[in-house]
Amino acid sequence: MAFMKFIGKTCGFMGYIIQTACITHCTFEYVGDFVMCSGPSMEPTLQTNNVLFTEHISPRFQRLRRGDIVIFKSPSNPRQNICKRITAMSGDRVRGNFPRRNQVVPRGHVWLEGDNASNSADSRVYGPVPVGLIRSRVVCRVWPFDKIALLSSSC
Amino acid sequence: MWFRSICRSVLLGVPIGITFLDTVGYVARVEGISMQPVLNPDSKDTDYVFLSRWAVRDYELRRGDVISLVSPKDPHQKIIKRIVGLQGDVVYTLGYKSQYVKVPEGHCWVEGDHTGHTLDSNTFGPVSLGLVNAKAAYIVWPPNRWQKLEGKLPENRKPIGPAVGINLLEK
Repeated sequence: MAFMKFIGKTCGFMGYIIQTACITHCTFEYVGDFVMCSGPSMEPTLQTNNVLFTEHISPRFQRLRRGDIVIFKSPSNPRQNICKRITAMSGDRVRGNFPRRNQVVPRGHVWLEGDNASNSADSRVYGPVPVGLIRSRVVCRVWPFDKIALLSSSC
Repeated sequence: MWFRSICRSVLLGVPIGITFLDTVGYVARVEGISMQPVLNPDSKDTDYVFLSRWAVRDYELRRGDVISLVSPKDPHQKIIKRIVGLQGDVVYTLGYKSQYVKVPEGHCWVEGDHTGHTLDSNTFGPVSLGLVNAKAAYIVWPPNRWQKLEGKLPENRKPIGPAVGINLLEK
């Protein structure tokens, strides 16, 4: 009898873990999550080891605007996520790098650039990025505590 | 009391369902003629396919796989195509701006089977692997068409170029 009780308790506990995992997955996938960023490409706005709160709602409903900071999958490595700022939407004219100097951002794409223009691999290197790669929009910085700030559009 | 318990089960059940659909896979309807004759051979009745999310969890795709991906031109739209070339392959294109294309790192070359009636990499170029949504594994409806989707590439569409020596299709 004690054994049956033990089995029942274990099953209940497992179910509880699965429930929690599923709710966590849905929150992080559809509502918002926390991202730690590294690298110099977004200085001076973001420094290495800042923790950001990002939301997944506006990319899902295509509510992105120029000036938003977004997290997106790297076009050359889908396992890596990159943080950059949208500087132009589809239809805008942008100045690219050497091979194609001026171009219009094609339909369904955005132009992303780092704030630290001299030290940033961005759309000037790999061209416009499809909107489908954008995962989330950065809302605010939550760490370090003395630099908590909203990071809204300013472009 | 029963009302509260129903609310409780819905609140707990919905996230579990969504997580299941996100990680394992789901069934979707195929529209259009771009994958004829494998999918929708008859334009009257449409096929339903099982899209496996589990198969693409770490982006290990092979040439010939049928995949669904977010259209690079319109992020609202999902398209279903066959992978012709992976990164490093040199692909002979059909009406792209250059005759031969070397697929860049982290990209793939996708084409519909119905050449000439499909909007694919020959129009928009190589697509990033990050846009791949799921792998089409089975046709599940109508019942008489129930079958596994084979990862077969037409003989004349095999990539030419460096990666041909390692033929992943034989594995």
